[in-house]
Order: sequence, then C-alpha cells, then structure tokens
Amino acid sequence: METFIFNLFIFILAAFVGFEVISKVPPTLHTPLMSGANAISGITLVGALIVASHVVCTITCYIGFVAIIFATINVVGGFMVTDRMLEMFKKKGDEQ
Amino acid sequence: MNPLVPEAIADYIPNVIQLTYLLASVLFILGLKRLSSPATARSGNMLASLGMFIGVLVTLFDRNIVSFQFIVAGVAIGAVIGAILARKVKMTSMPELVSLFNGFGGAASALVASGEYFRLASEPFGEHELGAMVVSLFIGALTFTGSMIAFGKLKGILGGSPVVYPGYKIVNTALMILVLVFAVLFVLDAENRIFFLVISGLALLIGILMVLPIGGADMPVVISLLNSLTGLAASAAGFVLNNNLLIISGTLVGSAGLILTMIMCKAMNRPLTNVLFGAFGSEAAGPGGTAADAGKTVKEVTAEDLSVMTAYAQRVVIVPGYGLAVAQAQHVIREVADMLESKGVDVRYGIHPVAGRMPGHMNVLLAEANVPYPQLYDMDEINQEFKKTDVVLVIGANDVVNPDARNDPSSPIYGMPILNVDEAKSVVIFKRSMNPGFAGIENQLFFGENSYMFFGDAKESLGSLLQSLKEL
Repeated sequence: METFIFNLFIFILAAFVGFEVISKVPPTLHTPLMSGANAISGITLVGALIVASHVVCTITCYIGFVAIIFATINVVGGFMVTDRMLEMFKKKGDEQ
Repeated sequence: MNPLVPEAIADYIPNVIQLTYLLASVLFILGLKRLSSPATARSGNMLASLGMFIGVLVTLFDRNIVSFQFIVAGVAIGAVIGAILARKVKMTSMPELVSLFNGFGGAASALVASGEYFRLASEPFGEHELGAMVVSLFIGALTFTGSMIAFGKLKGILGGSPVVYPGYKIVNTALMILVLVFAVLFVLDAENRIFFLVISGLALLIGILMVLPIGGADMPVVISLLNSLTGLAASAAGFVLNNNLLIISGTLVGSAGLILTMIMCKAMNRPLTNVLFGAFGSEAAGPGGTAADAGKTVKEVTAEDLSVMTAYAQRVVIVPGYGLAVAQAQHVIREVADMLESKGVDVRYGIHPVAGRMPGHMNVLLAEANVPYPQLYDMDEINQEFKKTDVVLVIGANDVVNPDARNDPSSPIYGMPILNVDEAKSVVIFKRSMNPGFAGIENQLFFGENSYMFFGDAKESLGSLLQSLKEL
C-alpha cells in the first residue's frame, strides 16, 4: 500500500509538471513534440530489459524480447526523426 | 547475479540506479522545456535522448538482469528498424509514422505488463500491482490496435471514411463493461490465466472498434489521444514495476498528448466525446445552401494582376492548407515569398491548428521548404493582423477560412475558430474549381466583395505568379 501511495504522489506531481512544461510549447513545434514524446514513451524499454532477462528462459523471455524490439524502435526512431525535423527549423540567416 | 557487477560494489548499485533515474527524469523535463522555442528545441531533443541513454544503460546493472543475449539482439533489431523508419519517412507521412510509433509504444507497455505477470506467476501478487497490470495491459493493447487502424486509415489502406454499423455505440459500451468485470475477477483470482487472456483479447478488439468509426478528418485528434495513451500505458507499467522513471516519463507523455488532444478539439470546435462517438463525415452533407448562392458570382484574377497586387503591397499573408502539400507547392510558395520580400513586402504565414493532418504538421512541411520559422504565425497571433494586411493568399485551405463559422448559426462548422482572412483588403483564393471543400460545406468567402478566385492547380498557379513577378 505504501509503495502505491508513493507512486501515486510521483504520478500526480509529474502530471502537473507535464502540463506546465508542455503548455509552453508553441504550435509550430507540435509535431516534433509528439514524435519526441513518442521517443520518451519508449522508456518502457527499461521495463522490457528486466522482463527479458532470466536464468531459465520461459515465455517471459520471449515476451520481453518482443517488447525490447518495439520499445527500441520507438526510442531510436522517435529521437532521430525529431532531430531530423528540428534541424529544418531555421531563421533567415541560419541557412548554410 | 548480474555479470556486469563485481560483488564488492553490488550493495551500492540499487541506489546508483535510482539516482541515475532521477537524473534521467530531470533531463526529460529539461528537454521538453527547451521545446518552448525552435531555437533551443534541437538541443532539448538531445538532452532527452541523453536521459534515455543513461536510463537504459544503468538498468543493465540491475541485479535482476542476468543474461544479455535477448537484450543485445532485441536492441540491435529495434535500433535498425527505428533508424530506417526515421530516415526514410517523408514529412507528409509524419502522421503515419507517429501512429506506428504510438502503436509500438502501446504494445511494448502491454508486453511488459504481461511479462511481469508470467514472471511473477509463482509469487503472491499485491492487489495494486495487479490493478496496475490490468490498466497497463488494457491501455497498451488498445493503443496498439487502435494505432494500427489509424495508420491504415492515414495510409489509405482502409479508406478514410468512418466504418459504422448499427448499434456500434452499444457494442463498444458493452465491451467496456465486460473489461471492467473481468478486471475485477482478475484482481480477485490472479492465478487464473483465462481472465488475463480475455482482458488482452477484449482490449485488442476495443482498440479496433473505437477507431474504425472515426473519419479521416478527425485523425489529428485520434493521433493525439493515442499518443497520450501510450504515455499512460508506460506510466501504468511503472506502477507494476515500482519504477519511478517509467511513471514520470510516461506521465509527461500522457500530459503532452492530452494537451494536444484538447487543442485539436478546440480548433475543430467539437467536444472529444463527439469525435469519438460522432462519426463525423459519415452523415450526408447538409443542404449546402446552393439556392442562396444561385445568383452570386465570383471574381477571377490573373497571374499578372495578382503579381501587381502583391508586389506593391505592404503586407501579404499566406494561409496554407493541406491542399498545398498535396499539390507539392511548398517550395514554389517559398520562392514567391522570397521574391516578394526582395521587393520590400512583409510576408507572413498564418497557420490554423488543423491545417495539416496532425498538430503542427503544416509548420514542419513549410520548414522543410526552408521557410524561416519567425514567419510562421499561429491563428491567435495572425488574426489581429489581417486588418492591416493588403493581400491574403489562401492556398489549399477552405473550411478554416469560412466566415460562416462566425456568422451562420445553421452552418455545421458554426463556432469553429477560423482565420479571419475576410478582414484583409483583398483575399485571393487558389482553388482547382468551385467544388465545395472536404466537409462539403459552401464557403461564403468566395463570394465576398474583396475576394478573388485564382483557378487551377496550386503548384502551376503559383508558378505562373512567380513568372509574372519576375517579369515585373
């Protein structure tokens, strides 16, 4: 119970931080925000790593393995495509 | 024992891991903070990826991790696929890619919850962990199938129109109640794997049934909502694993998606429930007011006239819609804008929140065509400027400039916030023909006193305008 309450504190506070920070992102950057957020949601990779590794490999290992693939696609693809987009946002003088 | 960790320091490792997770969370928040301006955004993305890197790296020292062959193989496969997708995707296809990523994120979280379930099957569960497991599994699986349907619709595989069958609202509601019942049964009797499997199956089904009835025009809302759900699924997985980094990052993503969802709903003047259950676009187009328009005529303008109008203007505002991207005219419009600027004209772009196929899509497409970002103005910023604008060029946009949204309570788009282009001295609308737009609604703007039509393909029309400007 105590851990759950503690987790709930973290959850609620993070939600407030999220709303504060993200409401300041201008509409111009909403697409990169979304793909960047996608990459961050790939954090579930951390959970997948723990699930995938076991002494005796049962079904859990294989489930974890697929989870790792999905999450890594999100992380790597998400950050790379966000960078590709943000690189294109330039001022007048920035070109070349 | 984790083979990476010498026994002498094994006791300190859990604390080191937690502190590194704290650092990673801070880097994510700082990274998102830097997204508040295009000038700092790229470094923000770097910070966030650094946070991800150290978060993942330090996890490898967790004492529960004892073998690496699956980890190495999985990360290698995922990284190659991710990198290829990120490099190959066209900017016009960004909504498809984001949908795909939404789906993968949801699937990963659902799988983590399932993996934990099967891993701990021999140990007694706490009720809270079980509850979190169901939530993570349910949201993750629903997001996966929902995103795949959204992807199919955006890609055109499934056809953009809503798929509706009689009583679909009742079916969806019944399925939701069924999930709740099984969730309770599962928490009471976790040993019984049938419950777990039934919940998974129902969640996958609900994802499909929820997105199928939603029309192509509403996809920006759906993508945003699914984006939020992937975050929440990751957050719930954090509750299962008691992992703060997952909870914090997942919740940040959840808030981001929710904010975007609300912005999109507001921009389309429709409550979220209406988008999810309304099946907008399936209804036959309204009367359209053809009778009232019968006597009205439109004025046409030629490239030569327009080149004079714009070249001697003080300010020109360009209002692009997705039609501009369909016609691949982003580069020509930028050349026209450059030409006008060289003649001393103040050129700006006014962008409606639903101009593209996802939030901020049009801005990315224009940035790709080397339009400098200080020229891109949001709806609220540019709406104050139209009174001081000489010429507005409306290209590939229709409903977002329709004054009926302001004036005609019987119009289906009444109340939707629009760009008030009719306040400018003159408005030139680039259009293929007089056919009504996407939503099938007549646009009074075309018949306005200060409105001029420029008929033809957007790219060709802009090309001839550019030519005339050069000859001026």
